[in-house]
Amino acid sequence: MSMYREQILDHYKNPRNRGRLDDFTHYSGKVSNPLCGDEVEVWVQMSIVNCQLSNIVAIGFDGHGCAICIASASLLTEWAKEKEIQEVEQMTSETVTDLLGISLTPVRLKCALLVRDALREALSRGVIM
Amino acid sequence: MVVAGGSADVARMVIKIKCHDNFMFDQSIKKEFPIFNHHPDLVYLDSAATALKPQCVIDAMNKYYTEYSANVHRGIYALSNRATAAYEQAREDVASFIGAHPSEIIFTRNATEAINLVAYAWLRNHPLPFPLKGGGDGAVIGLSIAEHHSNIVPWQSVVKCQLSNVKGSTLRYLEVDANGELIIPDHYFESINFLALTHVSNVLGTVNPIKEIIKQAHEHHVPVLIDASQSVPHMKVDVGDLDCDFLVFSGHKLGGPTGIGVLYAKSSRLQEMEPFITGGDMIREVHRDYSVWNDVPHKFEAGTPHIAGAIGLAAAVNWLKSLGWNDIRKHEEAILSNISCQLSNVKFENRSASWQMKTENWILGPREIEKRSGLISFNFPNIHAHDVAQLLDEQNIAIRAGHHCAMPLHEYLGLVASCRASVWVYNTEEDVERLVVGIKSVQKRL
Repeated sequence: MSMYREQILDHYKNPRNRGRLDDFTHYSGKVSNPLCGDEVEVWVQMSIVNCQLSNIVAIGFDGHGCAICIASASLLTEWAKEKEIQEVEQMTSETVTDLLGISLTPVRLKCALLVRDALREALSRGVIM
Repeated sequence: MVVAGGSADVARMVIKIKCHDNFMFDQSIKKEFPIFNHHPDLVYLDSAATALKPQCVIDAMNKYYTEYSANVHRGIYALSNRATAAYEQAREDVASFIGAHPSEIIFTRNATEAINLVAYAWLRNHPLPFPLKGGGDGAVIGLSIAEHHSNIVPWQSVVKCQLSNVKGSTLRYLEVDANGELIIPDHYFESINFLALTHVSNVLGTVNPIKEIIKQAHEHHVPVLIDASQSVPHMKVDVGDLDCDFLVFSGHKLGGPTGIGVLYAKSSRLQEMEPFITGGDMIREVHRDYSVWNDVPHKFEAGTPHIAGAIGLAAAVNWLKSLGWNDIRKHEEAILSNISCQLSNVKFENRSASWQMKTENWILGPREIEKRSGLISFNFPNIHAHDVAQLLDEQNIAIRAGHHCAMPLHEYLGLVASCRASVWVYNTEEDVERLVVGIKSVQKRL
């Protein structure tokens, strides 16, 4: 089956959540794959309840890369919206490949997982106030 | 994908290229390559990475393994003698292929190992020839921005080395112009001790004028290493004519097996080299506290060598010679000029309003087909090279996408990746058609 099925091409051509957030609590910095030059950064706004991080209220990404990279960023940021931090922290590579619904070769898997790495990086860097 | 900030605007549209139609080989040549029995629909355009293997190479290796599989240089029995004779005949065939003497041919694993052998066994061990006037410590190693990583990283490790011969060494890069050709500044050869240069760029396809460069380098007593990995599959390379000090190539890029490569070194240079890897076969005598080295070239081939690999490589060079260099060149010019012509006719819709560049497709390297060999690299605005290669793969067309082990060049060009179609004798007019149809369909889908 083609990696480039309609849903993926749609998310590539019309990526959701693309753009920097004005208000954010977490930021990844630029996360890149030097082998293909793909680069992704992620901004997250997390709600805080009783001094504890709670849910992702808003999420945005920016960057450049191949269709798989951009479609993954679009799909994963959609998936993460409204989710509780614990659930997002438990995401695995399958979370991304399930969203894509295709099987990927090892080289292309790195393209797909770049946004996951960026989201993890954002969450691990701690709260920016 | 193109990003801003490159220091040279080398990528640009090819405007007019004369199409040649001198296709010398047709589909029937594919019968000599058994991979097409398994993949009859394959359009293989990644020969610069590794070439497909003709049946005669596979047969020669099988024959060694099935009929006279014995070790070399040590047996008294007939089979070992036969293996030794075949191994040394392979050395003679490879020597004759590049116009060298057999004692100047050292079998290595690949071009990378051959370059490392020069870096370790010669440059680090040998007092620098002809120190620079007013120069500091160490060597100034000349190389080009278009080198493959294999001809950069070994010299970087010399720069880091603290041995007294080379401590304080530096690299001095040659750049390329907008046509992908080397720019050699005035007095360049006076400013370097040693030059390591590729014959043909594995990204730009540029054929460097190495004979003239070697001549100029020698006028200033600068020894020259030539990386011929991308040239020996495509053109006659004669070390006597070139007068280079060292020349390296990998066997697998000209139809030979993987795991075998060649270092050619002038015999005077071989005398200056100390063994790099030590052990069996490279010695004449071993005592408790010391050993006496074997003669060249065996001094540099420690351990049981890749006997089948050398035999397979010899079969490959003999097969290639039998095709004839003129026919090979004519055929490749026809293939490359047809790819350029047809690619420059593919128009790309511009999806992003912010895209500033022209929307024609872009081709890297010299616009004159006479100045290039073996490959065409290209780039499409707003379409990542990976996506092009992946979508072509869905149509059984194999091209390379990425930085092709030449990150410094891509950085210099302001590119993160490019697509590369590299050709050899088995590519046909039909393959060009398939590639162009494939690229049109990529454009339609993305």
